[in-house]
Amino acid sequence: MTSTATPAPADEQAAAAPLEVRKTPARKRLVPYWLLLPGLLWLVVFFAAPLVYQASTSIQTGSLEEGFKVTWHFATYWDALGEYWPQFVRSVGYAAVATALCLVLGYPLAYLIAFKAGRWRNLVMILVIAPFFTSFLIRTLAWKTILADGGPVVGILNSLHVLDITSWLGLTEGQRVLATPLAVVCGLTYNFLPFMVLPLYTSLERIDPRLHEAAGDLYARPATTFRRVTFPLSMPGVVAGTLLTFIPAAGDYINAELLGSTDQKMIGNVIQSQFLRVLDYPTAAALSFILMAAILAMVTIYIRKSGTEDLV
Amino acid sequence: MAVHETTDATAARTQNRGLRWLRRNIITIAGLCTLGYLILPNLVVMVFSFNKPNGRFNYQWQRFSTDAWRDPCGVADLCGSLGLSLQIALWATIGATVLGTMIAFALARYRFRARSGVNTLIFLPMAMPEVVMAASLATLFLNMGIQFGFWTILIAHIMFCLSFVVTAVKARVMSMDPRLEQAAQDLYASPVQTFLRVTLPIAAPGIAAGALLSFALSFDDFIITNFNAGSTVTFPMFVWGSAQRGTPVQINVIGTAMFLVAVLCVVVGQLAGARRKRSKRS
Repeated sequence: MTSTATPAPADEQAAAAPLEVRKTPARKRLVPYWLLLPGLLWLVVFFAAPLVYQASTSIQTGSLEEGFKVTWHFATYWDALGEYWPQFVRSVGYAAVATALCLVLGYPLAYLIAFKAGRWRNLVMILVIAPFFTSFLIRTLAWKTILADGGPVVGILNSLHVLDITSWLGLTEGQRVLATPLAVVCGLTYNFLPFMVLPLYTSLERIDPRLHEAAGDLYARPATTFRRVTFPLSMPGVVAGTLLTFIPAAGDYINAELLGSTDQKMIGNVIQSQFLRVLDYPTAAALSFILMAAILAMVTIYIRKSGTEDLV
Repeated sequence: MAVHETTDATAARTQNRGLRWLRRNIITIAGLCTLGYLILPNLVVMVFSFNKPNGRFNYQWQRFSTDAWRDPCGVADLCGSLGLSLQIALWATIGATVLGTMIAFALARYRFRARSGVNTLIFLPMAMPEVVMAASLATLFLNMGIQFGFWTILIAHIMFCLSFVVTAVKARVMSMDPRLEQAAQDLYASPVQTFLRVTLPIAAPGIAAGALLSFALSFDDFIITNFNAGSTVTFPMFVWGSAQRGTPVQINVIGTAMFLVAVLCVVVGQLAGARRKRSKRS
């Protein structure tokens, strides 16, 4: 057992090494593969293979009665894009606005939990996480009550003339909020807010509070401290949070269905109805792939721009 | 001179105390507002569980009643779908936790070829829009002629919970000191003993977090279930259907009960954790 007597290296990587150096008979070298096998098999069969299957579906033609055949019919993509581009644009727009709102609303809450909550921290965390365990559909339906025509929220917004401004911006119509873009964005923001708050909190919590004191000692005003110290250090959380919010929001169809009207349909609604109601599988598959490609492209550009490539 | 300045400053301070207080606490106020935004629907669900609606839809307050609380299963198929969802969530949690923990150990402990490839495959399901995953899995089942129902739902749920378990467990195992296991082996513990008495207890919080997350995700999932359930109705699907047909008050009762049970579980967990920490210290 001399190997343990060697001085412990400071490097973590090296510290992990002696475990393998000790003895690795061939049987043991296979251990990781045996551990991986069942789970990976599951992911390959039920996650990766379906994507390939769907790729082939998207270039098929045919009908339900006669069956579908691969005919390399790429025109489905063009037709789908030509017909449903408003829904694509709307999905990306709503998701972007909801993500921005999540960031603006979520940052103070994450900051509050990380630095100011003190002994209330656990309680606030519970209140952020607990909705995860309640049915989100029920909570989304509750927004119908909150935003109802003639309800208190609409009344207050109306008396403050907020609705005039949002109507002018095209977010609402007349004196109502339900069945308008504002309601859908409100629902999206609400549903994905925890996905923004938690990564933000994780990255803020890692910041040493002494850095704030140091900035203050160097005569930085609180706003400057935030702009020059806190915010840059929380960038990993901002990037992770925006991705975790934007991607599911762009594919969501629940908020548009429950809180919007037919004018607010997002691409998720189209995929859902093509697949489950119209039973036009090639179009549904093509739309899924366009959505996936669009998100992948945007996410790649975003990660490059924000300079945190090591994140994923 | 200096004294004069301070008195001036105090005078100014008392004058602007309100403004200053506001400025100093602006983040706290904004944070609490966001928290209110997050909790508001839960409160509405709670309040409307005591409503006696006039007609099919429970969106407007009529009058106070505890009818729904006294008879939560009074609506056809509601409790059946709830039971089914609990059952699926339980099995999906067990499946995903076992498979995910194995992958996490392999990734955290061993260096092997294709490691980065595996990491990508784990990451992708979390980064993919749910509709895309749902539609493609349903396409596979359709093409293979598999009957939609309990098993297809379970397969789908294990698939999307898996990545979350791997991430939670991996984070925990990565931060663990490998020398603890070496120490156990130096004290003549067999590999099985080492695993059961040292490794597993240390990894347990990560595994528990992964399992809890799986349960919540599976129980609450609508999009993937909707594509892969066929005519089987889980609880979220029942709620979805009721949004069109008319929502019974019982849905609010169950939503409220779920919220309270969740809060209770977390609080009990926190208290137990705090007590364990205290007893360890003393």
